[in-house]
Amino acid sequence: MSRSSRRLVTVLAAVTVASTLAACGGSNDNGGGGGSTANEASDTGVTADTIKIGSHYPLTGVAAPGYSTIPLGAQAYFDYVNKNGGVNGRKIDWVYKDDAYNPTNTSQVVNELVLKDEVFAIMGGLGTPTHSAVVDFLNSEGVPDLFVASGSRLWGEDPKKNPDTFGWQTDYESEGKIIGQYIAQKFPNAKVGLFLQDDDFGQDGEKGVRQFIDKQVVSAQRYTPGNTAVGPQIAALKAAGADFVVGFNVPAYTALSQLTALQLGFKPQWFYSNVGSDPTLVGALLNNFSQGKVADASSLEGTITTAYLPTVDHPDDPWVQLFQKVWDASGQTGPMSNYHIYGMSQAYTMVQALQAAGQNPTRKSLMDAVEKAGADWKGPGLAPFRYSADSHMGIGGMSVVQISGTSTKELQPVMTTDLGDAKIQAYDGKESTPPSSGIPDEKAAK
Amino acid sequence: MSEPQSPANARAGDELIEETPFTATAAANAPSAQAAGGRSFLPKSTLLRHLLILVLSAVGAVILLEVTDPFTNSQLASLTYYAIAAGGLTVLTGMNGQISLGHGALMAVGAYTTALFLGVDGEPLPLPVIFLVAVAISTIVGALVGVAAARLHGPYLAGATLALAVGLPGLALYFRDTLGGEQGLRVRAPEPPASFTNFIDLVSGNPASGTKWLAYVGVICLLITFFLLANLVRSRIGRTWRAVRDQEVAAELAGIDLGAWRVLAFVVSAACAGLAGAVLALVVRLAAPSGFTLVLSLALLTAIVIGGLGSLLGALLGSALLVFLPPFVTNLGGDFGLDQTKAAQLAPFVYGVVLIVAMIFAPAGIVGTIRLRWMTARAKRAVAGRAAHGG
Repeated sequence: MSRSSRRLVTVLAAVTVASTLAACGGSNDNGGGGGSTANEASDTGVTADTIKIGSHYPLTGVAAPGYSTIPLGAQAYFDYVNKNGGVNGRKIDWVYKDDAYNPTNTSQVVNELVLKDEVFAIMGGLGTPTHSAVVDFLNSEGVPDLFVASGSRLWGEDPKKNPDTFGWQTDYESEGKIIGQYIAQKFPNAKVGLFLQDDDFGQDGEKGVRQFIDKQVVSAQRYTPGNTAVGPQIAALKAAGADFVVGFNVPAYTALSQLTALQLGFKPQWFYSNVGSDPTLVGALLNNFSQGKVADASSLEGTITTAYLPTVDHPDDPWVQLFQKVWDASGQTGPMSNYHIYGMSQAYTMVQALQAAGQNPTRKSLMDAVEKAGADWKGPGLAPFRYSADSHMGIGGMSVVQISGTSTKELQPVMTTDLGDAKIQAYDGKESTPPSSGIPDEKAAK
Repeated sequence: MSEPQSPANARAGDELIEETPFTATAAANAPSAQAAGGRSFLPKSTLLRHLLILVLSAVGAVILLEVTDPFTNSQLASLTYYAIAAGGLTVLTGMNGQISLGHGALMAVGAYTTALFLGVDGEPLPLPVIFLVAVAISTIVGALVGVAAARLHGPYLAGATLALAVGLPGLALYFRDTLGGEQGLRVRAPEPPASFTNFIDLVSGNPASGTKWLAYVGVICLLITFFLLANLVRSRIGRTWRAVRDQEVAAELAGIDLGAWRVLAFVVSAACAGLAGAVLALVVRLAAPSGFTLVLSLALLTAIVIGGLGSLLGALLGSALLVFLPPFVTNLGGDFGLDQTKAAQLAPFVYGVVLIVAMIFAPAGIVGTIRLRWMTARAKRAVAGRAAHGG
């Protein structure tokens, strides 16, 4: 090693150490400014003119495709609200961090959000294993943990255990029930195979489906996330004589199951749960996995799935029109996707919650507002929320739709239900339309 | 049988430096006692010296934890579990020359043990007992792996331990009813005891939060582990490990049973990983398979390589880099006007660049490079001194 390169090494080492120390130092300078208007700095993360909301998403790593764009949608909607005066004069400061879908990282970034950034509330934390790592922490610190982006029952079924946590999307068990009843009514002679992710996503879905068509199920196959060889499972479904396959799986496994079925010449009627059915993402994945041999999602033609939010393929839907306007105004690149709509819809609910929490919201008034008033909020969700003192479950219903070309058509209107043996009922509420300003106007909940 | 390694002396200027170690493990070869120089204020006895350092580090740690904010406390808690595992791994890799890509899985063993014992109905066992059980069980797993590992070398050993890292977390999915499957087992950390609250009140008057308590638990485990490891590597055992690492043939001729000593190194290292996993479970509040992917094992390996193979201080510095660099880079990216997604993507990129730059310019790691320079300078002074006295 030459003298000069050795010097460089030392400098490098010193710089590394210095940067580490700098990072150690941490900053603690996000003091809250206090105004003396009617708006007060009423709680952590709330100043007279801002409210800080935080979240964690997989922005890098295996779960990033699709999911990493959700916070961009939320950003677009919060920007829109901020430009139009904010919530009670306060601008929303939206901070989200990457956990790479690893619970160890989730715990670190949520610590950062709560202890260092001092957010008012967490909104839309994504993923079942990841968010599991922070539920206890958020509840012990009394931080509102709103609208967790996962359909697990964990977030809402027992508000006494986790009083600060609220679900948002339709849970997998209710979805399974609606799917099961639909099959029992429309395909009473189908031999049903189940293709399930081997965790509570698949488990809850299976539980719901079997409530209605236990006798019709000829085989239930499970895959472990991460293991991309699904040949044995698809072959087993084929061998069992299944002519109707229900998949509770993530988008990557929709693509893998389609490719494997193509190879095996297996052509059942497919029914994918909402999570795994985004045609744009599945098409991109199919193209990627097959190295261009399957260029798009045309193999999904005729596939059935469920919906609890409006989707981009219905440009006439008033909610989609609103979101398109918000998206175009945000100055972000690329076309709007269903993941953006998901983010914007959550942001919409968040604005409703903040409005209902009153002029000077506190963490307690925010959670009380969701619990008391949340069930009455009109929003982009196809069915109302189930929020009450006894349940923190989110949207309680879904429609059944069929993929046709690049769009979807409705096969069954929205049905609502709940966990366990709650009845499935046709939703009789009116389809909601967004307010003309595009911003909700909720009164403070009493 | 491996090829004899070429002595580093050959290229570093032979007679100048009598004791130059192999570059890659330069950080490992601290002198066994204070080298003849005598300007040290530290005691001559290794045990006393380490005890003194332990006490000083403990005081330093308390000061550090009390002057920093709660978030930095939580980062330091994360630092402790990385450092404990990296300390064990650096003993294995730097001292004994074995590579392990499976330490993430051994941490999982410790973490799941802790989660299961803390999750029992009724009053769980005291925390130290649970930690000891976690260490014991990961030691047993480590011994089993170590027996297989003792017969393997280099890439083959890497492959075998890689299989462990990939396979073991899968058990959590298979035994879903006991181990919680993909979503894992939630861990409820025990409440801080009253004595801890009193202690914090006495020292600083800060609120004794749960975060602070976990940071203290981690620091105590870290200090004990590093104290024991430091004594171990300065002892006959450490010297034997180095002999096995540097010259297998010579070591065997000297009557050293290579296999047995390799297994011992693996067992010690696995015990550390188990304790690290136990601390991780408390700090993260969850034991789930997605927390123990191959990425964790690789992160530990990069930490000890950047810090300096074989050096405990290096393991600590490397772990600090793991914990503090990503948020630092992300915030820096945000300050430079990147949106939050791009800023987040910057962190793994910068970490990769740091690793590559370190490998090119400082293959001995932070500690190893500094030590090499210091030894070279000393040797030059000695030669200059000899020359001045007429050789």
